[in-house]
Amino acid sequence: MKLKYFAWVRERVGKAEETIDPPATVRTVEELIAWLSAQSEAYAYAFEKPKVIRTAIDHAHVKADAAIAGAREIAFFPPMTGG
Amino acid sequence: MSSAATTCPVAIRIQQDDFDIAREIAVLTKSRTDIGAVVSFSGICRADEDSSKIAALTLEHYPGMAEAEIKRHVDEAISRWPLNGVTVIHRVGRFEPGQNIVLVLTASQHRRAAFEAAEFLMDYLKTSAPFWKKEESATGTGWVEAHARDDEAAARWTKS
Repeated sequence: MKLKYFAWVRERVGKAEETIDPPATVRTVEELIAWLSAQSEAYAYAFEKPKVIRTAIDHAHVKADAAIAGAREIAFFPPMTGG
Repeated sequence: MSSAATTCPVAIRIQQDDFDIAREIAVLTKSRTDIGAVVSFSGICRADEDSSKIAALTLEHYPGMAEAEIKRHVDEAISRWPLNGVTVIHRVGRFEPGQNIVLVLTASQHRRAAFEAAEFLMDYLKTSAPFWKKEESATGTGWVEAHARDDEAAARWTKS
């Protein structure tokens, strides 16, 4: 699946997007965040306050307990500040 | 041509270029005699944010999702109010104080629907459309934090 990062999440991770293949034990958004955070200090820094992070699966907002099975694109970003 | 398309045309654009409010209103109302009210909201980059002076704002967005999220809320506005046309333009890039950032136009037969729908759309644009602002000031640059007051403004539309 493709991951995308925006705003300060992108800056902290150090890249705008990447393709990953997490283990089958990673089933939900919050499990994906925990798995990524264990990969490197950059992810751990980006996701240090997981409750602040907003997530979208295939361009739709989802909650932390959403299943990631079948997702083509998952995006992580801070609370939105447009308008 | 469906009747929905003829009675409420929708234009959603995300662009770097500026917009001309008078021109956008003219496009929305051209050859229409059913529209009695157009409400226009423009969001403009301001210099004063709390106690600091802002030199510039940079707007970043999530292409694809931003358009989809705006469309979702425009569709909801059309289902809630009798609208005869909606235009939403959100700019991205770097802006200095005084420059336009966002435009919402709502057209209806009567003013109340147009006023309420424009406010509804702006409340959701601020809290749910994937755009982020980065500020430049004398003390450096930093991402703008979301305000609880914006969440509260959006939440009041879900009260029954």
